[in-house]
Amino acid sequence: MSEERSENPTPILDSRTRDTLHPPAEPPPGTSAEIRRSVLGMNLLVSFLSVVLALVIGGVLIVISSPEVLSAAFYFFDRPADTFSAIWQTLSSAYSALFQGAIVNLSALSEGDLARAFYPMSESITIASPLIVAGLAVAIPFRAGLFNIGAQGQMTFAAIGGGYVGFALALPAGLHLAASVIMAMVFGAVWAGIAGFLKARTGAHEVITTIMLNYIALYLLSWVLNQDWFQREGRNDPISPILPDTSVFPNLFGLSLRVHAGFLVALVAVGVMWWILNRTTLGFRINTVGANASAARTAGMNVGRTWIVAMLLGGAMAGLAVTMNVNGTDKVVTAGVVGAIGFDAITVALLGRASPFGVLWAGLLFGALRAGGLTMQAQTGTPIDIVLVLQALIVLFIAAPALVRAVFRIRGGSSEAMSLAKGWNG
Amino acid sequence: MSAAMTAVPEAPAIAPVSPRRPLAMVAIAVFLGGLFTWLAPAGQVTTFIFNLGQQFFEIPDWSVNSRTAAAAFALIAVLAALAAWPLHMRRRSVLWPSAIMGAALIMSFLSWVASDESLPVTGLLQGSLLLAVPLVFGAMAGVLCERSGVININIEGQLLAGAFMGAVIGSLTVNVYLGLLAAPLAGALIGVLLATFATRYFVDQVVVGVVLNVLVIGLTGFLYSRFLSEDPDRWNNPPRLPNITIPVLSEIPVVGPVMFEQNLIVYLMYVTVILVQLGLFSTRWGLRVRAVGEHPDAAASVGIRVNSVRFRTVVLGAAVAGLGGAFFTLGSVGAFGREMTAGNGFIALAAVIFGRWTPLGSLGAALLFGFAYNLQNVLSIIGSPIPSQFLLMAPYLVTLIAVVGLVGKVRAPAADGIPFRKSA
Repeated sequence: MSEERSENPTPILDSRTRDTLHPPAEPPPGTSAEIRRSVLGMNLLVSFLSVVLALVIGGVLIVISSPEVLSAAFYFFDRPADTFSAIWQTLSSAYSALFQGAIVNLSALSEGDLARAFYPMSESITIASPLIVAGLAVAIPFRAGLFNIGAQGQMTFAAIGGGYVGFALALPAGLHLAASVIMAMVFGAVWAGIAGFLKARTGAHEVITTIMLNYIALYLLSWVLNQDWFQREGRNDPISPILPDTSVFPNLFGLSLRVHAGFLVALVAVGVMWWILNRTTLGFRINTVGANASAARTAGMNVGRTWIVAMLLGGAMAGLAVTMNVNGTDKVVTAGVVGAIGFDAITVALLGRASPFGVLWAGLLFGALRAGGLTMQAQTGTPIDIVLVLQALIVLFIAAPALVRAVFRIRGGSSEAMSLAKGWNG
Repeated sequence: MSAAMTAVPEAPAIAPVSPRRPLAMVAIAVFLGGLFTWLAPAGQVTTFIFNLGQQFFEIPDWSVNSRTAAAAFALIAVLAALAAWPLHMRRRSVLWPSAIMGAALIMSFLSWVASDESLPVTGLLQGSLLLAVPLVFGAMAGVLCERSGVININIEGQLLAGAFMGAVIGSLTVNVYLGLLAAPLAGALIGVLLATFATRYFVDQVVVGVVLNVLVIGLTGFLYSRFLSEDPDRWNNPPRLPNITIPVLSEIPVVGPVMFEQNLIVYLMYVTVILVQLGLFSTRWGLRVRAVGEHPDAAASVGIRVNSVRFRTVVLGAAVAGLGGAFFTLGSVGAFGREMTAGNGFIALAAVIFGRWTPLGSLGAALLFGFAYNLQNVLSIIGSPIPSQFLLMAPYLVTLIAVVGLVGKVRAPAADGIPFRKSA
């Protein structure tokens, strides 16, 4: 199974590969910086091996469920070579389609057709953009010790506000887009703020309140889409008018590639959130409350207000995330405009260990997996659901470094399991 | 205000009781009751029908003026809220007044929305119980796991695994009972994963739960596309459980058709709830489970193997959820569908918290959710003045209000979610 390494679906992991396959010489134990570097290297190695392990298990699943392999295995003892060739055929075609659908279309590249060659990468980034920002929506409350399952609902509610400003107002280009995006962020922040406020004032657990708010937002959107002031004229199905050019993100590389300026906004959001979390008093407060709420309270911090602010920030990010679809990819509000991004965002935030740049890489990886999965499904008939399995396995293995270390018989490094969320009483 | 109550040694100063909660109850009762009364048309008649099938005797249909009925039930709700006040101030349980208030408000609401219509009460309750079945199983799974100190966000995945395995094994063997046996095994398998990561690798339990949900959705979706939808006759055509009518009991009016004309899974649900309640609170095993969930160090100090108790309890809970999952396929529609549990696991989780981690409380909460679901179904059939989306929203809105206003800050088992590492 050595192919997995070369078929790694993202360039990010390739750079990780370099570091992990040729690790710097083991520094003598000494300064804390050196220790931290070796732990970091170990974490990267575990992350990389987690992806490998997930791809191996996913490969096994693809192989044993493949109709070709099953039919060849039927007469395995007569002609075993048939089975092995079917296995190889199935696996290589599936993962090659996954790679080519996620990064670059090799045959188009050799023909020199750049637009077609980089179409997969454009798709990956287009799918990743909302995932990254929605990942931030989960990650920031995580840092304050809150588990925001509600990114889905916050995005849904934001689609109502942002979408309405997007199609109903007539404003000059640029200003219109900004107004629509800001309105979406405000709506998202309000929806998340409800959960934060309830947590701070009544102690109602945010997991329950955000789940409930998800459903409420879902039915609100469904109701709004059937109202005269929101529904497209002359249509009976739940769909909004198309957003005018003044309120959509411009495409980055012309019309043949779908990637739009929303991706740049997502990158800025990652930077801003990193700055807030690591360079401001607010960020310090969020991190402290998340690490130990009682200690923060003893130190004089207003824990409740910090929770509310963290949820407001997260909700604003969820609002921004949905604009990637409303004002970017779809240019219209439908019941399915959020998809399952708000839930995928949870795995993205977990994989990114709730750090903004971690979320960026995790979002890109998941975007690439999904884009590649669509191609894989179209070309080889391997169901796209395998991508969910891969995502879950990757996060699971990264969360349990001790397991990965045991599988690959690695010694050393920190075996501290990932701990982000708090129990019910936290 | 007298703080000189039964002085608990660890808590030197007992805070005075805040009247906020009964105040909120009265406010809710007055507001909602008044709203329903105001909305109910005065000149129209609401008819409640209680008969369904053949029972010992017939309860005559009950026709009342919509506004009068709405006002009367609103008054009952307000009185119940007022009755809760002195109880609360004396630190007594306000469970009964709350329940009466809730029921009266629901009746007031029904008097309004079913004005000029006939509302089949028994049919409404029968369907409610049916819709509550997976929620009750899920909630029992949640109670078991969390009482032992492991957070179970994974109920959704366990239900889905049970639904899937029940359908597949039921189809392949053409035997509904083998399918019913396979479902809890599938749930238990997911439980083994949850328990292994939680008690052996000490991974954050919320993280594992969420990730295992994704894993189960992915796996079942993948296998569904590869096998079930390719050859549905062979893989996805399970027999369905027949309805079993219990003699005598099913003849009781209202209660009979609601509780005793159901299929096997529903009867297993009664048994499960009773077993969980008795098991947790009346057996040595239950004491151990609760001990490792509340104070694992103390439990370990008397020789209880904390992580192995947790492991077994989680697997058992997951098996219960898996059995509940079979309801989606073998107990109702038959064939498996992608993500057919549709968030029921999360509602079950809400029921656990709503019911304060007790089997009976969670049962009540789960039944309430089932009622809200089915109310929406029934009202959409008889027609109601409210847009269907708002009816669909209602159960979640009610939960939100209940969790915030009436339940308040609930206390989970003390060690819930905290991995236990043996200190050297």
